[in-house]
Amino acid sequence: MQLSTLTSITGIVVLAYILELLRRQQLREKYAAIWLCIGLVVAPLGFFPSLLDSTARSVGVASGVSLVLFAGFVLVLLVSLHLSWEASRLEAKTRTLAEDVALIRSQLAESATPSGGGEVR
Amino acid sequence: MTPDGRSVLIILPAWNEADGLSAVLGEIKQQLPYVDTLVVDDGSSDRTAEVAAAAGSAVARLSFNLGVGGAMRLGYRYAREHGYDVAVQVDADGQHDPSYVPALLAHLGEADLVIGARFCGEGEYKVRGPRRWAMQLLSAIVSRIARTRLSDTTSGFRACNRPLIEFFARWYPVEYLGDTVESLVAAARCGFAVRQVPVAMRARTTGRPSASPVKAMIYLVRAGLVLLLAVIRRMPKELRELAPGSPAYAAYLEELLARRQLAAEG
Ligand SMILES: Nc1nc2c(ncn2[C@@H]2O[C@H](COP(=O)(O)OP(=O)(O)OP(=O)(O)O)[C@@H](O)[C@H]2O)c(=O)[nH]1
Ligand SMILES: [Mg+2]
Repeated sequence: MQLSTLTSITGIVVLAYILELLRRQQLREKYAAIWLCIGLVVAPLGFFPSLLDSTARSVGVASGVSLVLFAGFVLVLLVSLHLSWEASRLEAKTRTLAEDVALIRSQLAESATPSGGGEVR
Repeated sequence: MTPDGRSVLIILPAWNEADGLSAVLGEIKQQLPYVDTLVVDDGSSDRTAEVAAAAGSAVARLSFNLGVGGAMRLGYRYAREHGYDVAVQVDADGQHDPSYVPALLAHLGEADLVIGARFCGEGEYKVRGPRRWAMQLLSAIVSRIARTRLSDTTSGFRACNRPLIEFFARWYPVEYLGDTVESLVAAARCGFAVRQVPVAMRARTTGRPSASPVKAMIYLVRAGLVLLLAVIRRMPKELRELAPGSPAYAAYLEELLARRQLAAEG
C-alpha cells in the first residue's frame, strides 16, 4: 500500500468524524472552530504528503513529511495545553458551585430550625 | 395576567446593570402592571441582584458568568417551572421600550416566536459600513430559513409561547450570537413560526456600546460559523416533537381553545 493512501483515508475519516460530532451537538463552538481548521488542513495533506516539500526545504527541514511530523507534534502539545487550561477553569467553577450549594444548605437549615435565627446575612 | 388571560413573564438577562436596572423595572411595572419580571443576575460584580430585588422583581443569581444564552435558559426553565403562558426577553440596559411588549404579545397568535426588530421603519437605529453588510447578509440567509422577512436577527427583544418555552428550557445555545441567531434558526428549522414586529430601540442609558467598526470582519467570520453550525446541526428528536404538527403542540392548541371558550362563556 502507498503512503498517500493511508494518510488520505486517515484525513478523510478524521474530518468526517469532526463534522459528525458537530452535527450531533457534541462539540461546542470554540472547540469546533479549532478542530474544523485542523481537519481542513490535515485532509488535503493526506492526499498530497509531498505538498510541503518545498516549504520544508526553505525552513531547513529535509522533507515535507518530517515537517508535518514536527508541526503535528507542536499542535498536539498546544491542544493538550489548551485542555489543561480549560480543565483548570472548570475546577475553579465546580469549586464555586460546591460552595454555593453548601451556603444554600446552611441557609435552609437555619431557616428550618426556629432557634437558628434564620436571618439572611 | 394579560387582559385576555395569559400569564406573562419578562426575563431580563443582566450583567453589571445596577445603574439603570431600577429605572427599567420601574418603567415595566408602570406600563405593564399585569406582567411578572425575572432578573437573571449573571455573576455580576456590582449590586445588580440587590437593586432588582429592591425594585420588587424576582431574581435568580448565577454563581458565575454564563453569558446571555446561559442566563436565558435559566429564565425559560423558571418560566416553565412556574407555568407561564408567554415569556418575553428584554434587555436590562433600557434599550428596549416596554411599550412595544403588547405589540409582541398581539402577534403571538399567528407565530410561536415574535422578534422586535430594528431597521424596518420604526425608530432611527443606524449601523454603517461592513458591520451593516454583515448583518444584512445574515438576515437574508436567516429570512430564507425561517420563510419570513427578518431584518434584525440579532435582536434580544422577543416573545415566545408555551411550546417554545418548553423548547428553550431544554435547549438554548450559550455561544456568541447563539442566543440570538442560532436559537432563532433552530426554532425555525424545527417548524416553529417566526414573525417580526418593527420596534424603535433607544440609545444606551448607561455604559458604552460594544460595537466597533474594526471588529466587523471578525463578526462576519464568527456569524458565518454560527450560521453554518446552526444549519448542519441535527436537533434531537424530543425537541422536534414539541413543534407545530406534533401531538404535544396539538394538545397545546386544544387547551388554548378550551380556555378561550371558557373565557367567552364566563
Ligand atoms: N446574563 C448576561 N447578560 C449579559 C451579558 N452581557 C450582556 N448582558 C445583558 O444583555 C443585554 C444586552 O447587552 P448589551 O451589552 O447592551 O448588548 P447589545 O444591546 O447587543 O449591544 P449594544 O449595542 O452595545 O447595547 C443587557 O441586558 C446586558 O445586561 C452576560 O455576560 N450575561
Ligand atoms: Mg444593549
